[in-house]
Amino acid sequence: MLRVEVRKVLGATTVEASFTSEGGVTALFGPSGAGKTSIINMIAGLLRPDRGLIEIDGETLDDTVRRVHVPAHRRRIGYVFQDARLFPHLSVEQNLDYGRRMNRLPIDAAGQERVARLLDLEALMQRRPGRLSGGEKQRVALGRALLARPRLLLMDEPLGSLDDERKSDILPYLIRLRDNAGVPMVYVSHDAGEVRRLATQVFRVQGGRITAKGGVEVLTPR
Amino acid sequence: MFDFSETAWTAITLTMRIAVVATLVATPIGIAIAWLLARKQFPGKIVVEALVHLPLVLPPVVTGYLLLLTFGRRGAVGSFLADNFGIVLSFRWTGAALACGIMAFPLLVRPIRLSFEAIDMRLEQAATTLGASPLRAFATITLPLALPGIIAGMVLCFAKAIGEFGATITFVSSIPGETQTISSAVYALIQTPAGDREAAQLIGVSMVLAFGALLLSELFARRAVARMRGE
Repeated sequence: MLRVEVRKVLGATTVEASFTSEGGVTALFGPSGAGKTSIINMIAGLLRPDRGLIEIDGETLDDTVRRVHVPAHRRRIGYVFQDARLFPHLSVEQNLDYGRRMNRLPIDAAGQERVARLLDLEALMQRRPGRLSGGEKQRVALGRALLARPRLLLMDEPLGSLDDERKSDILPYLIRLRDNAGVPMVYVSHDAGEVRRLATQVFRVQGGRITAKGGVEVLTPR
Repeated sequence: MFDFSETAWTAITLTMRIAVVATLVATPIGIAIAWLLARKQFPGKIVVEALVHLPLVLPPVVTGYLLLLTFGRRGAVGSFLADNFGIVLSFRWTGAALACGIMAFPLLVRPIRLSFEAIDMRLEQAATTLGASPLRAFATITLPLALPGIIAGMVLCFAKAIGEFGATITFVSSIPGETQTISSAVYALIQTPAGDREAAQLIGVSMVLAFGALLLSELFARRAVARMRGE
């Protein structure tokens, strides 16, 4: 279970969010600039809350009262960025293996094969990121995050930089991940269509605050 | 062309040794300074920047003289090193390496700094979300991406060290077999009536080395660009 109760002043906006997630795909839905990315950056440990608490499965990751702040690399929280951020000097195969190496996990050929099959990466293994299309990059980024064995996967508009056709190519992969990977996800998006197809729980974020929560019905403004 | 006299050979091998040592010792310091300048904001940054570039604009004789004042037997650092560790730099080849390293330092730092600046810092962030500590993220992402820039800087540093003259001759003089480099040997030879042929040989050697180094440096700079693009 993920529990977030944070407050952070960022320039003119104050991000104040409080929610829990029991698993599945939790969507943070709202216009750009609403503070969605800041919220997941705090969950990832890339941004430190001014005040508040972040817990996952009973483990405290941030607690400003008790002065707890677990650094990003010790959180075991995966992150798929809008711009993929693949390592340009490494092949797809090496990118996929990076998290395993950094976490000193044993080689898991079966797991690698499963993720590669899930995301159709087998044919891309020897390529460099510069030779991949936008959609392929994003699939590799998904696989790379999964293979680090995260206990939670954060996704920041993973389809945001793709055109509509590519989006509809990738969406089925995300649905496959939701149904087969067994990793809870927090999914940030401003696209109601995506969220409708993917999310199991939705929080509407506006002006740095959570203004509505529930199922996909939250997507339809009253 | 290649039947060098013993003096010439000694000067060539000594110059190579000095340039190699100067480059190898200066490189880790250069990487650290380049990283600081590229990535960190701190008070006095502008002073550090000026200090790094100072050897480029200061007359080399002045740099050599300052080195003599500081690292000479009676200098503040020089006497400390000599009394406590038995290390003497003035009028030794090690002193020549120090002079060359300092004179070449701006050329070493610049390409490294530029490649650090060109690397997307968000890649390191991505690495930390995959479990890499900041140090490992630096070692596995930033450093390999900057490698062509680091090599380009090393090549330039090496080339500059081979040609260095003013600071070296002021700090360590021109002692054959100990501190007489290609440049100071050429200088001595062209002042000797029968030295022209030998001087021409050494001039040829230094031109080949310098030109080769510039070509290599350019080659590595191009590779750096290709590497960033992930091709």
